[in-house]
Amino acid sequence: MTVTSTPPVAPGRNPQLRARRLPVVAPVGIAVAAVAVAAVLVHGTGIGGAALVVALAVLLHLVGLYAASSAVEGRRRARDRTWSALIHSASVLALLPLASVVWTLVSNGLDRMDRNFFLTSMNNIGARDPHGGAYHAIVGTLEQVGIATLITVPVGIACAIYVVEYGRGGLTQLIRFFVDVMTGIPSIVAGLFVLAFWILIVSPYLNDGRPGYSGFAASLALSVLMLPTIVRSTEEMLRLVPASLREGAYALGVARWKTILRIVLPTAAPGIVTGVMLAVARAAGETAPVLLVAGGGAAINLNPFENNQSSLALFVYQQAGDASRYAPARAWAAALTLVALVLVLTITAKLLARRNRFGR
Amino acid sequence: MATRIEATNVTAYYGSFKAIENITLTVEPKTVTALIGPSGCGKSTFLRSINRMHEVVPGARVDGRLTIDGQDIYARDVDVTAVRRMIGMVFQRPNPFPTMSIFENVVAGLRLNGVRRRSVLEEAAERALRAANLWDEVKDRLGKPGAGLSGGQQQRLCIARTIAVEPQVVLMDEPCSALDPISTLAIEDLMFRLKDRYTIIIVTHNMQQAARVSDRTAFFSIERTGEPGRLVEYDDTQKIFSNPREKRTEDYITGRFG
Amino acid sequence: MGDIPHRSADAGTGGPHVTPGHARSAGAALSVDPPVTPLDRTPDGAGGHTDDLDPGAGALGGGALPRRRALDAERVFQGFTMAAGMAVLGVIVAIAIFLVARAVPALNANTANFFTYQGWLPNESEPRFGIGALAFGTLLTSFLALLMAVPVALGVALYLSHYAPRRVGTVLGFLVDLLAAVPSVVFGLWGRDYLYGPVRDLSVWLNTYLGWIPIFGGDGPFGRSILLGSLVLAIMVLPIITSLSREVFLQTPTANEEAALALGATRWEMIRIAVLPYGRPGIIGATMLGLGRALGETIALAMTLGIVSTISINIIENGGNTVAANIANAFGEANDVGRGALIASGLVLFAITLVVNMTARAIIHRRREFTETAA
Repeated sequence: MTVTSTPPVAPGRNPQLRARRLPVVAPVGIAVAAVAVAAVLVHGTGIGGAALVVALAVLLHLVGLYAASSAVEGRRRARDRTWSALIHSASVLALLPLASVVWTLVSNGLDRMDRNFFLTSMNNIGARDPHGGAYHAIVGTLEQVGIATLITVPVGIACAIYVVEYGRGGLTQLIRFFVDVMTGIPSIVAGLFVLAFWILIVSPYLNDGRPGYSGFAASLALSVLMLPTIVRSTEEMLRLVPASLREGAYALGVARWKTILRIVLPTAAPGIVTGVMLAVARAAGETAPVLLVAGGGAAINLNPFENNQSSLALFVYQQAGDASRYAPARAWAAALTLVALVLVLTITAKLLARRNRFGR
Repeated sequence: MATRIEATNVTAYYGSFKAIENITLTVEPKTVTALIGPSGCGKSTFLRSINRMHEVVPGARVDGRLTIDGQDIYARDVDVTAVRRMIGMVFQRPNPFPTMSIFENVVAGLRLNGVRRRSVLEEAAERALRAANLWDEVKDRLGKPGAGLSGGQQQRLCIARTIAVEPQVVLMDEPCSALDPISTLAIEDLMFRLKDRYTIIIVTHNMQQAARVSDRTAFFSIERTGEPGRLVEYDDTQKIFSNPREKRTEDYITGRFG
Repeated sequence: MGDIPHRSADAGTGGPHVTPGHARSAGAALSVDPPVTPLDRTPDGAGGHTDDLDPGAGALGGGALPRRRALDAERVFQGFTMAAGMAVLGVIVAIAIFLVARAVPALNANTANFFTYQGWLPNESEPRFGIGALAFGTLLTSFLALLMAVPVALGVALYLSHYAPRRVGTVLGFLVDLLAAVPSVVFGLWGRDYLYGPVRDLSVWLNTYLGWIPIFGGDGPFGRSILLGSLVLAIMVLPIITSLSREVFLQTPTANEEAALALGATRWEMIRIAVLPYGRPGIIGATMLGLGRALGETIALAMTLGIVSTISINIIENGGNTVAANIANAFGEANDVGRGALIASGLVLFAITLVVNMTARAIIHRRREFTETAA
């Protein structure tokens, strides 16, 4: 075959497919050398300890890998290798503190995971008393989050229905915008709002003219935080309901509201439940708003509408700030309890979402 | 300059599932070869084995021997990226990079190869776009997003992107199946013109297309679902479509395939 | 590309955006195309939807009666949902009104400049308080936290989506999602009890060898510092940013990844030309969400910062305070003016987060429009 005209672009005449590769042991060798050099440098100059050796070794390894690879395999492969090494290092780096959090949480938390912890409160527990528990805080968390859920679920779902099913034009856009704004409200600001509104203005009327903290006020603050999350996730789920379902119902002459309640909502229900559970999990871990409006408290108070209440998150915070030498153990135990509660909710929600995804 | 592709007993797996078995065929340089056969017969799998795109799917692997100009592309010290640079690929659905302009799409491969000079890139882009029959339609809007083009134009853009790096072989995986008849015609025209320079292998479901564009045709088939696909017959296109050796080929071509 | 047939109701909302099917993104074929949004397809229901087929509905009277009832129920239900929508507006307006109403008297009582005074003494007989140091601390801690968290988070997200074996990626990804749910008070407790020591040692080291750089200067004591606070923040927002970016990276159309690989790209080059550009709006969104979290974070910082309300760029000396942490710390002893002052600072915080969120939304929106018209 003769090539008469000049080939269009630089001719790739029989490009070489084989490429020189770094031997498999090379990265390992570079790593060992990097550690050695780092150790010599650090200990030789006496400027640091093991942590510095590791950090320096990683750096040297990356540089060495890039140099060796680009000498043998070319720049492109060298870059590929170095980025790959960087990405793996980032993963390990991220894993360390997160693993440490989990480990300390479990190992410290288990110390006080006893009957006493779950069945008693902090009432009359002095600084020298190793006992004391979080019963009152657990009750507080459950009541506050429960009431907040009761408030936000109907309102949130109805709001989402309005936006998705009925909404037209300006008002809907406005509501969506405000839901966005609400999503960004810091939890402490939600607490301040309830403080300014409920505690300082409304509660004196219910409480002989004196402002009073209550679990219900905490529920209100948590509601402000939960509402936008629930609206958002419900909105998304409603949009996923296929048009054909709705149209099928309309074609049968079923009224719109009934179509929504009987057909659209049940179809979207698993997804909505997932969203609600995630919002609940989030709310259960909030400390700041509860601190501002529930007031905390050492004794068991089953009535969320009157007097101070604590919550698990607040209990952790208060015990952490307590000078008693027994307080840290209580704080960690409460933290572990709180995390367990939140994780159970989260895992259930995610599994539900996953099953739902496959089910569709 | 010859670029002959020889497959010897090529078997490809997805995990434990064997997708094709013992495919042996030789593709001559500067020809168009069509791979036809029913859905799931492994023709796309075979095509993707040729530029080692098959192994991109997790758990997928290839046995057997595949050589291009005598170089085994599955040899241990072969650079996969070099293989793919030498054997370009056009996919079933046009897949321009959505965030890049038309120009950037065409020169994406060259940029990877380290070409930086604007003038070189511009020249190469024009050449590739002309070769892909797209230049006149896009020359005034090279800076616009590539994905804003019509489907047929996008597919030609992808062809331009593929040939901009000057491969020796162009693989096309049902390049017209997502296109309307007019765009299809444009792509088929293009294949005729590209044949002078590149070895082309095309997978197609469209029998007329295979008959129109290809010099050689390979018919793949499966016994039943779950079985690996096999090469039934490989011959000159004319022969396959007028006087096939195998009864199964004839049945398929005449639409009697069951 | 299978266009779901658009219906007549399109004219209102979806109409102008309808593009010919094949002009859509290359990836749409492989990624899951979201179904047509209900907004585009709900028939115009105002009164058009006739009879309610509920067997019980017609029981009361003759032929014409059920019709009115059905319409009434329709109106009641629609009214109820609209009221819920209005409730959201109401809450936001109420938040603004009540916070401003409480903040103004305190600001009037302030004898120092609210924006420039460094210090927080609102409970004195001559209240003096300023937001400057707190706002500075808030921005500094959040900025440092993101500076440390974002690169690592993107690395982890890429590892989970494109490097790890699929099963490992799924399992670790799930764990990261769980870590994102861990309450901040837990991170605060951990930071105070376990991260404090290493950070103090690191601070001493930095001070010894790099003390000539102002941010590492000072004479100590070290530890309960901006550095500790922002590290804890970074570790808190890391799972959030990772989780969101991973999801975005996983959504990269396979077609685009294969296009890059077929051009002979290495894995990193494929990520650079296909994955990262496609995921950019998502990355920005995730970062901004992380920033929103960091700015509003209260408890973890209240537990780890030194709580000193002065402006200092020294990040290793004991000190630092943020708007939110200050509220949590100062709330206990606050009198009426003190509470008002805290509420005023809360308003500032709200304004900052609002600006951040709106900016993020605008960026994502513009970006998305580009990729969508492009796609």
